[in-house]
Amino acid sequence: MKKIRCALIGSGNIGTDLIYKIQRSEVLEPVWMVGIDPESEGLARARAMGLKTTAEGVDGLLPHVLEDNIQIAFDATSAYVHAENSRKLNELGVLMIDLTPAAIGPLCVPPVNLRQHAEKLEMNVNMISCAGQATIPVVHAVSRIQSVGYAEIVASLASKSVGPGTRANLDEFTYTTSSALEKVGGARKGKALAIINPAEPPMIMRNTIYCLTDDEPDQDRITASILEMIGEVQKYVPGYRLVNGPLFDGNKVTVFMEVAGLGDYLPTYAGNLNIMTAAATRTAEMFAEEIIKGTIQLPAPEVA
Amino acid sequence: MSQSNSLKGRKVILHDMCLRDGMHAKREQISVEQMVKVASALDAAGVPYIQVTHGAGLGGNSLQHGFAPHSNEEYISAVAAQMKQAKVSVLLIPGLGTMKELQSAYDCGARSVHVATHCTEADTSPQHIAFARKLGMDTSGFLMMAHLNDAAGIARQGKLMESYGAQTVYVTDSAGFMLPEDVKARIGALREVLNPETEIGFHGHHNLGMGIANSIAAIEAGASCIDGSAAGLGAGAGNTPLEVFAAVCERMGIETGVDLFKLMDVAEDIIVPMMEHVVRVDRESLTLGYAGVYSTFLLHSKRASERFGVPARDILVELGRKKMIGGQEDMILDTAMTMAKERGLLKSA
Repeated sequence: MKKIRCALIGSGNIGTDLIYKIQRSEVLEPVWMVGIDPESEGLARARAMGLKTTAEGVDGLLPHVLEDNIQIAFDATSAYVHAENSRKLNELGVLMIDLTPAAIGPLCVPPVNLRQHAEKLEMNVNMISCAGQATIPVVHAVSRIQSVGYAEIVASLASKSVGPGTRANLDEFTYTTSSALEKVGGARKGKALAIINPAEPPMIMRNTIYCLTDDEPDQDRITASILEMIGEVQKYVPGYRLVNGPLFDGNKVTVFMEVAGLGDYLPTYAGNLNIMTAAATRTAEMFAEEIIKGTIQLPAPEVA
Repeated sequence: MSQSNSLKGRKVILHDMCLRDGMHAKREQISVEQMVKVASALDAAGVPYIQVTHGAGLGGNSLQHGFAPHSNEEYISAVAAQMKQAKVSVLLIPGLGTMKELQSAYDCGARSVHVATHCTEADTSPQHIAFARKLGMDTSGFLMMAHLNDAAGIARQGKLMESYGAQTVYVTDSAGFMLPEDVKARIGALREVLNPETEIGFHGHHNLGMGIANSIAAIEAGASCIDGSAAGLGAGAGNTPLEVFAAVCERMGIETGVDLFKLMDVAEDIIVPMMEHVVRVDRESLTLGYAGVYSTFLLHSKRASERFGVPARDILVELGRKKMIGGQEDMILDTAMTMAKERGLLKSA
């Protein structure tokens, strides 16, 4: 079966984990890995896994995009360089999956709104954050039953699973995730909290989701909606699990979740890494399936 | 007594926490009027730094940490307007508070900030420390739950915070777990690696009754900033009681610049009548200190205990075993529910 050829930009934790996810895909093929440090472990691993690599940043990839027929790129660099990366690759007709907090394109949480984006052929979709991917499905599961005035999430991450980019830019993570709880989750106001825990052995990613409903919550319907949504996420993140709840206190609905990873690049505790790369892969696959079927067509490159 | 004599003439800066850490002990329910009254009295007693806001600091108003009756901006503005000599300070924990909130606190009159991270995660603070310095604030890096990192580790983390711009680095005994020798080892290691102009602070909790002794040990090892709280009003068994510490300093010849009797009056006449429970070493707060658990977990655990029938002490010991850290208050209810299921007190979903 034909596969859509992909480039991965950023050779840190996320970029490296993506290689494993994309290699397993039936419709995607990882071809290029882009870094900025020739000595980086991520680039060495990519080469060992059969990918072409450049340490010259996105500019090192551009001359090869057409000859290697790259159609989808994943950006796992930082919010600050993403816009330039995206502009350059979009010009060449490459669709961009953004895993930084830049969020210049529409926000995507696969079980909530992926189909909409694929139908509209968005050329840049943003994956929000690991915490967003882990919690927004649950917020949406409540808000599709009754209106949610306020949603708050707490993501606890194992220290070993949080790379230097996220650490140095925690505010961007907070802003992007909070805003996505509103735009995609459907809450009128959202707030995101992140905790980095260094316990050994590392703790598995935990997420607590609080929703305040405007009216008294319909416990049976909300519980059923949440359980159904968890099933949808489990299709691409098998380690997505309800630990406790939903717990109802007045208009407050609380859900305690855990996300175990597949153990591809980092061990299973790094559910945060896993849910981000799995969601990005799921998103790219949806686009790839449509491209292969011919239902959507990427624009011709502006510079041929 | 030669050690006491050796501290004679040392200058120490006192930093009161009762209107920030004390918010935890009041379930975040201190009014603007009470804050102004307390802060004005502390100001008149000569306390140079007064921390205010929600117990969890900037961004603290949340379902996770509780909602205060007023915004942080309202508290800071009201208090700052009345200060004659004291500086108003705030707490900022990256991941909860953001630079937007720090800017807003500054605009309301805050001039000092503790930028707090867990004791191994200093590298989540560079943007906040740099921004605080850019605003011209007195900027401290605040290494929480410091018992969970050894002296060499604390020294490395403190050096990172100094490199981002922190003018003071704090060893923060959030669990009230440390003994004087633990404090001395960590502060001594910091003193060795930090630049001479970088100051060192100590923030104690009184869960093992060691608040005063630990603060003195900190000064002996090179600290010059001590956090405490009038009447000890703070999370767990409270902070180092500031008036007691000031009295000990006077006995030892350590110069704090505060008026001891006025400070005693603030504690006795204003703070104690405000307390909802007597802030002291009781069974549960002792468990915090003994098991090394974040002091703020105290009241949450008591509430979870009432709801699910698992003793608070059992919940706290389990949280300590799972190495939960500050900010993970959601895990208290979660842990209580899981324990209740195991004990047949709650049906599995």
